[in-house]
Amino acid sequence: MTSLTVLDLWAVAPEIVVATLACLVLVIDLYIRSERPCALAYPLTIGTLIVGAVISLAGLYDAPQLALNGLVVRDGVGDVLKTGTCLGTAAVLFYARDYAQERGLWRGEYLVLALFGVVGMMTMIGAAHLLTLYVGIELLALCLYGMIAMQRDSVRAAEAAMKYFILGALASGVLLYGMSLLYGLTGSLSLAAMSQASATLSSESLPLMLAIVMVVAGLLFKLGAVPFHMWVPDVYDGSATSTTLYLSAVPKLAAFAILLRLLFSGLGGWIDVWQDMLAVAAVLSIGLGNVVAIAQTSIKRMLAYSTISNMGFLLLGFFAGTAAGYSAAMAYAVIYMVSTLAVFGIILALTRSGFESDLLDDFRGLNERNPWLAFLMLTVMFSLAGIPPTAGFFAKLMVLQAALGAGFIEVVVVAAILAVVGAFYYLRVVKLMYFDPPEAGTLKIAAQGYRRATIWVLTVNTILLIAITPWIGEMIDFIASSLVHLNLS
Amino acid sequence: MIPLSHYLIVGALLFAISIVGIFLNRKNLVIILMAIELLLLAANVNFVAFSHYLEDLSGQVFVFFVLTVAAAEAAIGLAILIVLFRTRRSINVQDLDRLKG
Repeated sequence: MTSLTVLDLWAVAPEIVVATLACLVLVIDLYIRSERPCALAYPLTIGTLIVGAVISLAGLYDAPQLALNGLVVRDGVGDVLKTGTCLGTAAVLFYARDYAQERGLWRGEYLVLALFGVVGMMTMIGAAHLLTLYVGIELLALCLYGMIAMQRDSVRAAEAAMKYFILGALASGVLLYGMSLLYGLTGSLSLAAMSQASATLSSESLPLMLAIVMVVAGLLFKLGAVPFHMWVPDVYDGSATSTTLYLSAVPKLAAFAILLRLLFSGLGGWIDVWQDMLAVAAVLSIGLGNVVAIAQTSIKRMLAYSTISNMGFLLLGFFAGTAAGYSAAMAYAVIYMVSTLAVFGIILALTRSGFESDLLDDFRGLNERNPWLAFLMLTVMFSLAGIPPTAGFFAKLMVLQAALGAGFIEVVVVAAILAVVGAFYYLRVVKLMYFDPPEAGTLKIAAQGYRRATIWVLTVNTILLIAITPWIGEMIDFIASSLVHLNLS
Repeated sequence: MIPLSHYLIVGALLFAISIVGIFLNRKNLVIILMAIELLLLAANVNFVAFSHYLEDLSGQVFVFFVLTVAAAEAAIGLAILIVLFRTRRSINVQDLDRLKG
């Protein structure tokens, strides 16, 4: 037990700053009334997230450091993911404002819950101990339940919140039980000590296998991978679109981080136990996600199944267990987050009060109504489908290469074929937008004021998916360099 | 002195009861909330038993955090239950059918 030092505080500075400012936002929203909702709280929230990103980025090239008696670690990969989390959430709230305001969701509590969710995600990203990992997971989950249920008059939102709550609590319970067994087997809660125990504890041991199965099941649930995917379509569909954006885009970075921390840093010595489980989950996710998405009529449900298949691809890079695999999976998570931000941003830009724009039919003839948004949607759909020269293509390519490099040829072949199946439903959206006539009575979309600014940011967000292409090698090198100190072989 | 295995059996039994409670219960959402609490307590029993057996206090500290989280979780669960009852006038599990699931 050592005393607290300034260095310790610097390691958790992003979390402390965001948590403190979140409390400030809560108080300010309570005491300072304004004519428009959140007139002060909203800019403060965006400012908080930008400050959080800057502080995360400031320590990027420092040597990795364990802090607070080994509870948290501050390292390159954590700093990159924390920066992404803060900036991604800022974009989410920027896109969400008009939509949430029209539906009466835009209150101080919504922003505060979003900020505390960010603190939860950052805690997960920086976890070096089962305690911080669990508390981070729960902090994010509790904020998400609250944000979904805040749409109090909606029957669908209440049901989605209840389903998410029950299944989420079940998954954390199973994860926690697995952690308790790991604690008993390895004698420590710290991930570093756990990985040292792998030298003496054989992976043949039955209690160990049980513990790892439970931990992996909990993680797969948080990721939304088959066979623990049941909540994804219902929660995406039932929540307000702004909340769907929040819970679909940014938490995937944190989900990647807990996979990396728990399975690689903690249980890396028993890779032969969890590798096969992740391989099966990856292939099933890609298969089920892509096939079931074809049958959907709601774009939110379609994107939910698309998420399931994308998480399958992320696992595909991860389970290879090589340095190339981990950096491919991390690049996949980042590119997936950017595409999801763009696609839900476009859906939000198309909504008006009383019009949700959440059916595929609402996209018919979008090219005639708003050619620029249709073009942006086309770009995102190409990226999600994995068509060159978009970033989505390179993301899929690297993940498949990594799995191939680790010798999983059958898995790669199946995944590649299923990716082609998946291209169908993305391209169907493009067909609806460009080759179908608009439905009678739909208006041209006029953009002015805040909405015009949103479309500018959306444009930057979407064009990023193409513009990154010449520098994709540099991006991978950067991600690989942030992972390097994790002692990858 | 009661051996470790006895505590682990109690923990496993609690775990099994709660899983069965969540999956077999088709009537009442409150019972599901109770089962979720039981699930966390099952893990707590394990943590305390291991902590005593390993003579390492960190497991008991973990239990405090789990209890706090469980309290927050119960509060949020009940709040969602009330929202659901207001809109639906029912807390029957089988009435949760508006989304395709």
